Amino acid sequence: MNTQLPNDPSLRLVREMLRIRMVEEAIAREYPKGEMRCPTHLSVGQEAVAVGTAAALERTDPAVSTHRAHAHYLAKGGDLKRLLAELFGKEAGCARGRGGSMHLIDLDVGFEGSTAIVGSTLPVGVGLALGIRVRAEAAVACIFLGDGAMEEGVFYESANFAVVRKLPALFICENNSYSVYSPLTKRQPHGRQIHDVVRALGLTTAAHDGNDVFGVAAAVKTAVQAIRDGGSPVFLEFSTYRHLEHCGPYPDDNLGYRPEKDVAAWKARDPIVQAQERLRDHPGFSGEVIERWRSEIAAEIDGAFAFARTAPWPDPSTRAEYVYA
Amino acid sequence: MRDVPTTQMKVIEAIRNGLDVAMDLDPHLICYGLGIDDPKRIFGSTVGLAEKFGNGRVFDVPTSEAAMTGIAVGAALRGVRSVTVHQRLDFFFLAMDQLINNVAKWHFMFGGQRSVPIVIRLILGRGWGQGPTHSQSVHSWFAHIPGLKVVMPTNAADAKGLLLSAIFDPNPVLFLEHRWLHEAVSDVPSGDYRVPLGQARIVSEGGDVTIVAMSFLVPEAIRAAGLLARHGVGCNIIDLRTIRPLDWDTVSAGILKTGRLLALDSGLPICSVASEIVAFASERHFQSLKSAPRRLTMPDHPEPTSFGLTRGLHPSAESIADTVCEMLGLPHRFAPDPNAGPHDVPGAWFKGPF
Ligand SMILES: Cc1ncc(C[n+]2csc(CCOP(=O)(O)OP(=O)(O)O)c2C)c(N)n1
Ligand SMILES: [Mg+2]
Repeated sequence: MNTQLPNDPSLRLVREMLRIRMVEEAIAREYPKGEMRCPTHLSVGQEAVAVGTAAALERTDPAVSTHRAHAHYLAKGGDLKRLLAELFGKEAGCARGRGGSMHLIDLDVGFEGSTAIVGSTLPVGVGLALGIRVRAEAAVACIFLGDGAMEEGVFYESANFAVVRKLPALFICENNSYSVYSPLTKRQPHGRQIHDVVRALGLTTAAHDGNDVFGVAAAVKTAVQAIRDGGSPVFLEFSTYRHLEHCGPYPDDNLGYRPEKDVAAWKARDPIVQAQERLRDHPGFSGEVIERWRSEIAAEIDGAFAFARTAPWPDPSTRAEYVYA
Repeated sequence: MRDVPTTQMKVIEAIRNGLDVAMDLDPHLICYGLGIDDPKRIFGSTVGLAEKFGNGRVFDVPTSEAAMTGIAVGAALRGVRSVTVHQRLDFFFLAMDQLINNVAKWHFMFGGQRSVPIVIRLILGRGWGQGPTHSQSVHSWFAHIPGLKVVMPTNAADAKGLLLSAIFDPNPVLFLEHRWLHEAVSDVPSGDYRVPLGQARIVSEGGDVTIVAMSFLVPEAIRAAGLLARHGVGCNIIDLRTIRPLDWDTVSAGILKTGRLLALDSGLPICSVASEIVAFASERHFQSLKSAPRRLTMPDHPEPTSFGLTRGLHPSAESIADTVCEMLGLPHRFAPDPNAGPHDVPGAWFKGPF
């Protein structure tokens, strides 16, 4: 199943978004069977930020993430089989079935961990940047967060330290306007721009369309270069939108918590559809290519599900392991 | 109870009803928490409150547990009581400084001039892969802190009655709700019904062993008593209801009654509430004990996520009954009910994911 990835960077971006979308949709389809028994937050609609960011990072650049981490993990190169095995609670899972969907790790690709408590990886990411600095390495620590996380005090403490020590930290904020069902309008003042607040803390900031994968990739590339050249930590805010419910496999716009016109407008700006349109006249891109990718990816996903499903459970007698090193 | 009309309610409805009654009684009482007026209404516990009492008194908040806890302190100083809520206790860990250094100590460290009458609702997760950071029950930490009161209701009437007492108590109260008990139904008195804090409830009055339990382990103990009754063993079950202040009189009487103590705890074993109860029994009632007091708690490691690792993780009716038989020197051992559903859900009503 080792399919040839496109050499063309633009095509790669689109293929990777499609892959993540198809993985998340497959999880959503299979979840109701009750085999993946853990709280699961899907990234459908938000793939461009993950993919564009990862494209601008090296494998050796460490990354940390949140409860909604599948896309970040996969885009960074995290192993798909081990992701699904983790959701199935199997020993072959990326965290040996101990952590589930909200606790992903793949050290082979620098994915240092995602955690379930909002904001809890922010200082960890800054600590990775501190480690990089102390060891005089060239890497950049990438810290994924949501709009909700910047409401936690630990965000300010972490960002401040990153600035005061001028650490190689890159904050990637996926602003999807919601923390669970609570809109930004109830949580932050009208007219507030998150990146403006963060700029006042001393980080270099910018805001971009998070559904334009090419724009994301370009912005992150510039930021990473600036950090590698010794610049201040950077905070990039990307506006985007989640297509499915906050936690779980279903759409939930029947609940009416998001304005219908917002939902429609954002879905019309689906990152994958937009990218495909942008590439219409791009050499090497065609409807057939997409179809070929789809069938390659579907086969990969089928194989990964079969792997996860048939993989053995962790041995219950090992339940108390790993508490201490 | 006098002639108070009662209604059958789920725990979650009883909490809603208690909040409603309290907000009518105290026109300054506020309720806030992330998602309090969202479509899910904190598992249904705040349905209709925002509509009835308005956004000035029932409001959504930023994802800011630490600040929102300290803000409750300040509001209380200004004469505004509050009930805040966190959909998992684990999220509330961000507020530990406010809880331990301010909430618990304000009254003490300023020489008793100001009190902090606030209630913090914390929902305890279990099952469906809640895993290491969505399933923790650290009632023993909270019970460790002088100045806090800690309540863990197990049925609908107590949920309402304890909540109302908590709200009108002059002290801060942590109100720990178990997600698996939310749908438990019982008769709930209407109106301003209060259950005093610090009073345990005797659930059954058997004569062979005293089982002290809290939260979700109370129904497990009741099931265990059913298993044991078939073998002629009678259980004296005490539902603590309040962890701090703990009703030592009732615990004492229970120990003296049967001479055998099994302390259950839905938390970790070391420095647990069960440890404290066993220590109490050993110090106070050593001469009256017919066998060594026992504890049954969660194992001493974090909760894993995998379905394959959580079977048998929690104390269950069977493990409770087994332990009682060991204490009594009886040979019986109890296998899990083969017809029970998956071990990681409380019943068909729970569809996941949290
Ligand atoms: C400290 C803490 N508070 C609350 C929660 C419950 N919770 C889980 S995800 C989430 C939403 C956070 O919003 P955001 O950071 O914008 O991420 P998004 O879900 O939108 O990707 C919340 C509040 C939590 N996990 N941790
Ligand atoms: Mg968000």
